[in-house]
Amino acid sequence: MNIETPQLIEVEEGTRIIPGGNTIITSVDKVVNWSRKSSIWPMTFGLACCAIEMMACGSSHYDFDRFGVVFRASPRQADLIIIAGTVTKKMAPVVRRVYDQMPEPRYVIAMGSCACSGGIFNTYATVQGCDTFLPVDVYVPGCPPRPEALFQGIMKLQEKIEKEHFRWSPWR
Amino acid sequence: MEPLEIAERLKEKFLNEIVDVSRFRDQVFVKVKREKVLDICRFLHDEPDIYMDYLADLCGVDFPGRRQRFEVVYNMYSMRHGHRLVVKAQIPENDPTVDSVVPVWNGANWHEREACDMYGILFNGHPDLRRILMPEDWEGYPLRKDYPLKGPEGYEYKGFDEIKELHTHDKEWNIQA
Repeated sequence: MNIETPQLIEVEEGTRIIPGGNTIITSVDKVVNWSRKSSIWPMTFGLACCAIEMMACGSSHYDFDRFGVVFRASPRQADLIIIAGTVTKKMAPVVRRVYDQMPEPRYVIAMGSCACSGGIFNTYATVQGCDTFLPVDVYVPGCPPRPEALFQGIMKLQEKIEKEHFRWSPWR
Repeated sequence: MEPLEIAERLKEKFLNEIVDVSRFRDQVFVKVKREKVLDICRFLHDEPDIYMDYLADLCGVDFPGRRQRFEVVYNMYSMRHGHRLVVKAQIPENDPTVDSVVPVWNGANWHEREACDMYGILFNGHPDLRRILMPEDWEGYPLRKDYPLKGPEGYEYKGFDEIKELHTHDKEWNIQA
């Protein structure tokens, strides 16, 4: 008997297929990260004028849906919170609570100069950057950022998710 | 009714209370002494052909250096007649009190609380004069021009230190990729 070993073909770095075998061989990391990055659901949560720009991103002209980014009105089913706008010290505990209610893995995008650094509001009532009380993954500067800039931020986050290792396992 | 006519009517009735009537782009501003603000407001509200049934806004203003440092501004509108008037009450710094107009317009309640919170103007006869925007234990009045921009030294907004403390544990709780 002369059975030939099927030749694995690498179609992409770390992903191989068996030709004609209808089979893909890759790592769990890759599959999980791919599915995770393709359906980032942000929390429907706006704070100030950046929220208007965020809504523009979500609506049909710019269309977040093509990234799989669908706004979710409950923190329990959200993966991402976009801090869109000025965070006042009065609002900060509320933002923090919404973040704490989100399940792991969760991500934070600081959108706009106010959320990144406090912006022009260096006052008694304004948080000087939401990274003082939240672990921020991506900073999007701008006042407010154009929808393209927020898209860039989402894509940066996707790149970050792609590079994660072993975050899918309950044992980690 | 033209706003200037209303001002004239006001002058007839409260001649000694009116300090100044000015006009800018068809808006009429009546500066009054603070003592009889409640009577003036009640008159403007009750008189059938003036009938200011809507208090569009009430706010405080700070003019440092002026003899009468504070002002409380009443923006009134009549739904029935469609005319407006702005009344400004002059308030000195050493005794920043004025009568509350909540008995006339109930909606003035929170606006007066805000003016009290931000400028320290006290409203006599207000049913519930507490701080509305700032925490109850806050010191000072933030919208006064001599207020330090960053707030009182060494004093943190109530509840903010607690969430900063939560953030220090984020590294332990979150799985790092």
